[in-house]
Amino acid sequence: MMFNKEKINDLSLDKLQISSSIYRDALIRFKRHKMAMTSLLILGLVILLAMIEPWFSPYAYDYVDWNVAFPSAPSISQGHIFGTDSNGRDLFVRLMMGVRISIIIGLLASMVSLTIGVLWGSISGYLGGKTDLIMMRIIDILYAVPFMFLIIILVVVFGKNIYLIFISIGAISWLTMARIVRGQTISIKNKEYIEAAKSYSLPTHLIISRHVIPNLLSTVIIYLTLTIPQVILVESFISFLGLGVQEPNTSLGVLIAEGSRVIEDYPWMFFAPFVFLATILFCFNFIGDGIRDALDQTNK
Amino acid sequence: MVSYILKRLLIFVPTLFIIITASFFLMRMAPGSPFDGERAISEEIRANILKSYDLDKPMFQQYTNYLFNVIRGDFGPSLKIKDFTVSELIYKSAPTSLTLGFLAMFIAVLLGVFLGSISALHQNSKMDYSIMSFAMVGIVIPNYAIAPILTLIFGIYLAILPVGGWYGVSYMILPTIALSLPYIAYIARITRGSMLDVLSTNFIRTAYAKGLSERKILFKHALKPAILPVVSYLGPSIAGIMTGSVVIESIFDIPGLGRYFIQGSLNRDYPLVMGLVIFYAFIIITMNLIVDILYAYLDPKVKLDK
Amino acid sequence: MLKNRKVWIVAIVLVVIAAVFLFNNKSDSSDSNNTLRVAIMGEPASLDPNFTTGTWENIILTDLFSGLTAKNAKGETVPESAESWKVSPDGTVYTFYLRDNKWSDGIPVTAADFEFAYKRILNPETASSYASMLYVIKGAKDYNTGKAGVEGLGVKAIDDKTLQITLEHPTSYFISMLHHYTFSPLPKHAVEKYGKEWSKPGNMVSNGAYKLVEWKPQSYVKAARNEFYYNNANTKIDNVVYYTQEDRAAILKRFRSNEIDIADDFASDQYEWIAANLPGQYDVSPYMGIYYFAINMKDKIMSNPKVREAINLAIDREFITSKVLKSGEIPATSFVPIGVKNYKPAEFSFKNMSKEERIAKAKQLLLDAGYNEQNPLSVEISYNTSENHKKVSIAVANMLKDIGINYTLTNKEVAVHYKDMQNGNFQIGRAGWIADYDDPASFLYIGETGVGNNYAKFSSKQYDDDFAKAKTLSSEAARNEFYKAAERILLDSAAYIPIYYYVSHNLVSNRIEGFIPNVSNTHPAKYISFKEVK
Repeated sequence: MMFNKEKINDLSLDKLQISSSIYRDALIRFKRHKMAMTSLLILGLVILLAMIEPWFSPYAYDYVDWNVAFPSAPSISQGHIFGTDSNGRDLFVRLMMGVRISIIIGLLASMVSLTIGVLWGSISGYLGGKTDLIMMRIIDILYAVPFMFLIIILVVVFGKNIYLIFISIGAISWLTMARIVRGQTISIKNKEYIEAAKSYSLPTHLIISRHVIPNLLSTVIIYLTLTIPQVILVESFISFLGLGVQEPNTSLGVLIAEGSRVIEDYPWMFFAPFVFLATILFCFNFIGDGIRDALDQTNK
Repeated sequence: MVSYILKRLLIFVPTLFIIITASFFLMRMAPGSPFDGERAISEEIRANILKSYDLDKPMFQQYTNYLFNVIRGDFGPSLKIKDFTVSELIYKSAPTSLTLGFLAMFIAVLLGVFLGSISALHQNSKMDYSIMSFAMVGIVIPNYAIAPILTLIFGIYLAILPVGGWYGVSYMILPTIALSLPYIAYIARITRGSMLDVLSTNFIRTAYAKGLSERKILFKHALKPAILPVVSYLGPSIAGIMTGSVVIESIFDIPGLGRYFIQGSLNRDYPLVMGLVIFYAFIIITMNLIVDILYAYLDPKVKLDK
Repeated sequence: MLKNRKVWIVAIVLVVIAAVFLFNNKSDSSDSNNTLRVAIMGEPASLDPNFTTGTWENIILTDLFSGLTAKNAKGETVPESAESWKVSPDGTVYTFYLRDNKWSDGIPVTAADFEFAYKRILNPETASSYASMLYVIKGAKDYNTGKAGVEGLGVKAIDDKTLQITLEHPTSYFISMLHHYTFSPLPKHAVEKYGKEWSKPGNMVSNGAYKLVEWKPQSYVKAARNEFYYNNANTKIDNVVYYTQEDRAAILKRFRSNEIDIADDFASDQYEWIAANLPGQYDVSPYMGIYYFAINMKDKIMSNPKVREAINLAIDREFITSKVLKSGEIPATSFVPIGVKNYKPAEFSFKNMSKEERIAKAKQLLLDAGYNEQNPLSVEISYNTSENHKKVSIAVANMLKDIGINYTLTNKEVAVHYKDMQNGNFQIGRAGWIADYDDPASFLYIGETGVGNNYAKFSSKQYDDDFAKAKTLSSEAARNEFYKAAERILLDSAAYIPIYYYVSHNLVSNRIEGFIPNVSNTHPAKYISFKEVK
């Protein structure tokens, strides 16, 4: 038995070495992708700014400046470079908070969606047969559920608990992930290293967790770069409908919603969050393109 | 073909059943009640009201009653809009939502395929780049953020289009654009990709060699195979447009089903929300089925009987 | 060739589908010169007077139905279906003598229609959520709550033209309640014929100046002149269209393009623009409504009067109305708004203190209550979802923060917010109240022990006694003394924190004549006309 296990570990180590060289190649290729690198840089700066903002900003996100107009236009002399919102709170500070929340939400919900999707897809694909059929039928059925409606109902049920909202977003946005993973699993299921692991009668859950899932990594990464901006969009959409984050916290969707109501009179309240949201989403998309190009070519 | 359609129809039933069950119990789990508002009502009056809607019965009995009624085509009364039943409300507002949805879908396919083909024909030209950057904008920026900009430009600065309501053709323009924009963008991208593939195939090269005009090649030979991926994308995009119109309707104040859904969810108008979920699920499943059949019809390689 | 035809077929089918939908939607063109177009800013929940609850439906119902009394163009109560009435010496029996009037199908309105209507709304099976308005009538509460039958109800049609109503207790403001739609008569013959469906266009008959023609949900309600109305000769406008759109910004744009003659509201952020650009075409007037925060007296922290008073003192109402809302609202100094029927409200005891004095006193009260920097007070402020409520709540929260109170803000949907308020599941909660009738009682009843709308769960024996006493007095001056004494108690308890008095916001086209601003914001269409075009 002892010997067997070592043998298996050797096998997977082999594979790991191969894959690590694949990722090295991909990284080189990604670095050459100008748009992706620029986006990475910009996104990094935006996130950094959002993270360190609380340390250098003179205002707290819920601080009301009683001395300015409600809302007041961007002005350096008043100390509000992006102006204030209709409650006299510094818009720049609130924007940074919005960025933080949007990014955290994007990551959190994507992780939930990733976990469920990868597990579901790999189990379904690896086991095959009846199990596969049933698991895929369930996905077919879930696909027909009006997604937005379900989210609205879930938000209504969970009230305003922001974390529950994201978990629920993640929990229903894994369908495509599961499908892709399943397809990929089926294609690697008959590879020799899996056969080898099987012949040493390793338990199924170990085969899946140690040998199948690690080899799905590139697919998963590609899909992840698509999921994060999507989730950010969904969150901002929910907030736009007035169902998301609670005051005095805020998110980019809330800020856009507030701004869109007064776009004619106080355009800065709309365009400031709009530019940030658009920038973040563009960056994620370009980075996604870059990663996809890099990994796809390596795989070919 | 027939057996395929039958098989697809069979999955219809469990799908709807799951949707009804899940949304029924989820709605009831939501805090708050449909009868609480600014004017407080006494316990006795509340009891009268609950009784009149059979909401005093045990939950499971309400559920089975509801299922039974739905099978008979009865979605019950709206708890908030008391003079109408849910079926009447859907019947009166569905044409508006469907008009908006189909218009957006139609524009998306037409413009998307057109722009995508142009892009492909002039690959790497300025035209190609500008179309593709437009597509990127359309995909990345959510339509509820584009809508206010559209209203600002066309409704307020230029003042050539109405910004809210639904009283005639001019009222349809901005909402349709806002709703179809992301889909124009996606379809343009898909068309460009598939068109490039098709244009590089041998049979198109042969056509060129024969000296056929570019227009003829494009319309007679290239368009059909190139449009297949677009058709398979129609399914998910119909679902997206239908549900996306919920936001567009509330932004542009359009008297469709979307506002009922949001209002109904907030007011805990259980029967109205349930009726709408079922209605939309029905539309989405049906449209998906139609798209699949259309796909098979267009693609000789796919045989549905299999 | 064949393949191409398939593509074309698909394209043509799509075009046809789109075209069919496109041309199904005819544009709405009701711009006859004799049509009044009113934006009522809300979708009616029902046009059955037994089921409506909103202020916007009231606009339609006022034109459709004539109660025993009605409001005139100035918002004063005047006799309508009842030509005259007399009251028994003990103040409990009212006998109304009806005038000759007909339903819009030509059938005469009789006392039996009133009796029928009151019995219907109070019937527990009708399940009207607003039946409690009629609880002043003898036996009404017992019948509505299932404790007694309809026999004990104090409503009786003596003959076709005489209606007798017996009250539970003498109620001084009974007459001023009668214009309310819950007291409206119903066409017995039509309700019996159509059942629940009677209020639909085609079925409904009404006894007011107008009759219902059409109702397109989420779009409009149309009404036309009722030829059988007793005073039809004085109705000037033939048709009324009530637009039910809620979007204030869109309504303003339609008003500017002359598609709407009267709009019942405008967005507060548009006020400055309107004042500058539409002079003479808008109206901002005091309105019988109060915007307030209720403090939960059952809450452990909030039961301390010092804490409540500190909160009360810390709020700068002037700032909220002038800098946050900026749309003409009046900072409150009392619970009953100014302008209610010759009543001069009691005022905050701190009315004459400067802002600094108030803040200093508030801080001292907090210290006295045992809160300081090491042990700060934390409160939760909840409000129902709305842009204005959010703005006001954030401002209030930050005013509390300035005296050292930490806050959390909780935004709830309407359905959750009011349920929590009623169940005492809140600390500080926003609410508002629009009077149903022109009398301080319509506001002060909120402070009565055990009343559903008494969210704060305020309870004072002295208050209840003063209020009950006032209701029985027939002399207005004496009555107001007791009302004022009661209000004093309510204000000093700081269980309710009034923020501002509502104002009505109307857009009124300069083609319109006969629109008179009034405190109940009632503008029946029958008094309105278009100016002669020269």
